[in-house]
Amino acid sequence: MSVTVQNSGLLTSVQDGGRIGYQQFGVSVSGVMDPRAMKVANILVGNEENEAVLECTMLGPQLHFDADNVIAITGGDLGPTLDHQPVENYAAFVVRAGQTLRFTALRSGCRAYIAFAGGLDVPLVMGSRSTYMKAGIGGVEGRKLQKDDVIGFRAPNPDVCNLAQRRVAPEVVPQREFTVRVLLGPQDDLFTDGGIRTFLSETYTVTNEFDRMGCRMDGPVIEHKNGGDIISDGIAFGAIQVPGAGKPIIMLADRQTTGGYTKIANVITVDYPIIGQLKGGDRVRFVETSIEAAQGELLAERAALQKLKTALGPARKREKKLFGLFGRKKEA
Amino acid sequence: MPTVRFLLTGDTSLSVEFGNEISEEINAQIRAFVIALEKSDIPGLIELVPTYRACMVHYDPGVITYAALTKRLAGVLDRLDSIVIPPSDVLEIPVLYGGEEMGPDLAFVAAHAGLSEQEVVNIHTATEYLIYMLGFTPGFTYLGGMSERIAAPRLPQPRVRIPAGSVGIAGKQTGVYPIDSPGGWQLIGRTPVKMYDPNRETPILPKAGQYIRFRAVDRAEYDEIAAAAEKGEYVCRIYPRDKEAAK
Repeated sequence: MSVTVQNSGLLTSVQDGGRIGYQQFGVSVSGVMDPRAMKVANILVGNEENEAVLECTMLGPQLHFDADNVIAITGGDLGPTLDHQPVENYAAFVVRAGQTLRFTALRSGCRAYIAFAGGLDVPLVMGSRSTYMKAGIGGVEGRKLQKDDVIGFRAPNPDVCNLAQRRVAPEVVPQREFTVRVLLGPQDDLFTDGGIRTFLSETYTVTNEFDRMGCRMDGPVIEHKNGGDIISDGIAFGAIQVPGAGKPIIMLADRQTTGGYTKIANVITVDYPIIGQLKGGDRVRFVETSIEAAQGELLAERAALQKLKTALGPARKREKKLFGLFGRKKEA
Repeated sequence: MPTVRFLLTGDTSLSVEFGNEISEEINAQIRAFVIALEKSDIPGLIELVPTYRACMVHYDPGVITYAALTKRLAGVLDRLDSIVIPPSDVLEIPVLYGGEEMGPDLAFVAAHAGLSEQEVVNIHTATEYLIYMLGFTPGFTYLGGMSERIAAPRLPQPRVRIPAGSVGIAGKQTGVYPIDSPGGWQLIGRTPVKMYDPNRETPILPKAGQYIRFRAVDRAEYDEIAAAAEKGEYVCRIYPRDKEAAK
């Protein structure tokens, strides 16, 4: 009951909702770069939202299945095929034992997510299955996937109920210019008014120095009042760090827990999917929003995901009915 | 607490900033704040990340909004002075100092300081070092309080691989490498204790707000502790810090 990695792709790793609770000890959160894509993929196959998935970067892996299961692929469109026949993104489908999943071309975004019904059988380390490569923990031996890795299914479910309905419109579309909403802070007061204006009005381009730790951008220099160094403090996902040179870096899933550079703003949670799908050459404009609006949007997104879950119904046949059946039998 | 500020760090966390300098006094306030928050009944708290002069508070806005949370946190700050804070713990870390294998740079540090190797060890083991915060890698402690008499420059050429447990000095800082990593610190010794073990119930030994005191051990004791640590049976001595005695 597993998949065998026949080709690892560029950077494929096991990730989930992240390692929560250990930042105070210097342990990075890790987890997926596009949390919404992971959640939708998991909901489509009937998993808990934060179940571990495979995160595939730009060039996807080649995976051979030796057991039946239902999977769904979301996020960036990396051109998935099953036994060389194109398969749809954002739809759950059955893969039979003996079939091979491949990715053929990058059409949109940067990262695809593969959710497997019943989850992947890799050990929990500090409460998470996420791969944290710098410390060598989580996922498969704490590293990115490589050829001949075998990853087991925990509780495969090839008979997911309501399969035909388990699809949504693709959410990552081909696009190279983005508007990302931010909340100013925590160190916006260490920039000049002109620096803040530059940050909120100019366009910034993603350089080729982008990875799971951060995304380095190029564009007009953002002016500090007094240099870019601070006494180290905590760093959130989506923090926009501006070192002395004045060029922004968006801090991502594998960011270090603390850092000593000024952070001008933080991307809001509902826009994490945008920054998680950026690639070199993409252009970004930052616009300011309010904490009330940001939290309102986040709650609305959660409600929408809950609605989708409810509409799709349970992935396995209701146990309640079984009990009812046995109950009646007993009475008879 | 007139200087405390709430700073936005996105929509699921905020930073409570206690000041803008590295001082034991500010760090003690943060420790008190963390203890108070852990005891509080504020709903929706997910994770606290104390650093030199701020504490990041991760929360679930589905449970508590920013406005409601800052109101509750202000209440905690108002009552901070009345909370009884237990003395900080001191975590005792056994170290085998010197020698080519464990502490290849002890001789350099001693020569640089104009002291004997034994004097460097005596000074290094005499202090209780405050753990201001952890960061950089799992279990890496930012310690304060090292005597400037044993300060030493970083290596001109960093080593490619420093074994976990190595104890080093860089400038006025001292610390322990929790995982194998490259680095440029002067290595004066090594501890057999695992500062970080992802598969242990408590993966990381040190905690921000605690103190570390190094204790010199000989090779026999090092080997004994290493064997016990390998089996997960070694427990570091932890004792409450006696503020008066420490002075």
